[in-house]
Amino acid sequence: MNKHLLGLEETSEEEIRQILATAFSFKEVLSRPIPKVPTLRGKTIVNLFFEPSTRTRISFELAEKRLSADTITFSSSGSSVSKGETLRDTARNIEAMKIDMVVLRHNSAGAAHFLARCVDSIIINAGDGQHEHPTQALLDMMTLQERAGDLRGLKVAIIGDILHSRVARSNIHGLKKLGARVAICGPKTLIPREAEQWDIPVFHRLDDAIQWADVLNILRIQLERQKTALFPSLREYASQFGVTRQRLLRAKKDVIIMHPGPINRGIELENDLADSEFSIILDQVTNGVAVRMAVLYLKSGGRLEAEQRS
Amino acid sequence: MPEEKVIAEVVDAAGVERTLSRLAFEILERNKGAENLVLVGLHTRGVPIAERIAQKIREIEGIDVPLGTLDATFYRDDLSRRSKQLSLRTTDIPVDITGKVVVLVDDVLYTGRTVRSALDALIDFGRPERIELAVLVDRGHRQLPIKADYIGKNLPTSLGEEVAVRLKNVDGEDRICLIARKNKAD
Repeated sequence: MNKHLLGLEETSEEEIRQILATAFSFKEVLSRPIPKVPTLRGKTIVNLFFEPSTRTRISFELAEKRLSADTITFSSSGSSVSKGETLRDTARNIEAMKIDMVVLRHNSAGAAHFLARCVDSIIINAGDGQHEHPTQALLDMMTLQERAGDLRGLKVAIIGDILHSRVARSNIHGLKKLGARVAICGPKTLIPREAEQWDIPVFHRLDDAIQWADVLNILRIQLERQKTALFPSLREYASQFGVTRQRLLRAKKDVIIMHPGPINRGIELENDLADSEFSIILDQVTNGVAVRMAVLYLKSGGRLEAEQRS
Repeated sequence: MPEEKVIAEVVDAAGVERTLSRLAFEILERNKGAENLVLVGLHTRGVPIAERIAQKIREIEGIDVPLGTLDATFYRDDLSRRSKQLSLRTTDIPVDITGKVVVLVDDVLYTGRTVRSALDALIDFGRPERIELAVLVDRGHRQLPIKADYIGKNLPTSLGEEVAVRLKNVDGEDRICLIARKNKAD
């Protein structure tokens, strides 16, 4: 097992399966009258968020509290990060305070790898630029396992802005390792050139992707990342790539709908479809806490064990 | 637990059956029946033993006592120490334990650390009137001030030995053996 969780590209199938199995144990813990265990008592975790984030940050903070760790959160506004301190200096200062683990969200790809090289603490990547967002992909896979059982042979189409999406990259690596089949779908301008190396089907018509898939993982159109006009208008994007009930009915099949959030309702996903029987979006959010507990627990040295020790 | 060096068979199949019966009778005697009881098996070996005791109680009293399972791994005090096998173990406490008499069931009582973590875990589920402990074997070497209320067999051991409990409902045979220790890391 790797010391850090930097991305799913370098995480083995065995480790992914272990994280998911452990996450189901934590899901049960979260259903108890007191949904908290003393497992990480005495461990100190810092959440370093150099980029605005609500649900990932809250999900990690909750996971840490449910495990009884001591936590501190640094956000980019209101700390020395906004005074121009470098990532390395921030990290080294934090480490001087004897921190066991750092959860890092950063707008540059490779930030988590960089940090792992310059400090001794365990690093958990909570999203680095357009590179990876491993815990999001893990919670997506956990939610799919819960709904569909084994992922082998399951066809998952990732729809939307693949180019800017770390969620897509992590999902592609993770799903392939668990034996699922993955495809991507979006306008040509939002499909990265590296897609050729992934060796997966690429659709440019949404109806073709729906026809092919068992699962649609619909990405958010990241308006804040659109520096150049990659599609003519939101309205046009919605009409070409917005997933609607009508399209699903036309395809005459049941698909599972996922979305990493936050949803632009009425753009990439029709308003009422997000809350429909097809959607497992809120399960994803619930499972996010369990998956992050599993990652924090396993990276701290925990194991699921079966041996005589009474 | 396959292929270990067996030093001695300590209890045979008939003996295991009689021991389980006696444990069931003792539990019923002390609690004056099964009305307020909840049995909770500790993973992994306590679970089939709890099932067997519940079955005995059903035969004796005609009552189905609620039967739960508990994995106290997350409450242990030895997080960073290694282990080998990977298996998913479920915790399932089927009733509200507040006001009940909970009988924790385990196979072998040894250091007492598993029971300590199980007590912490259990108390997070509610406030039982009383918690009791039933074990099939007490092998000694306690590291904490913990004792069992019901003991199937007192079995003095050396630290170089281990106790292997096999049960009909999971291993196909009832048998308690003393075996040579596999590793020292524990």
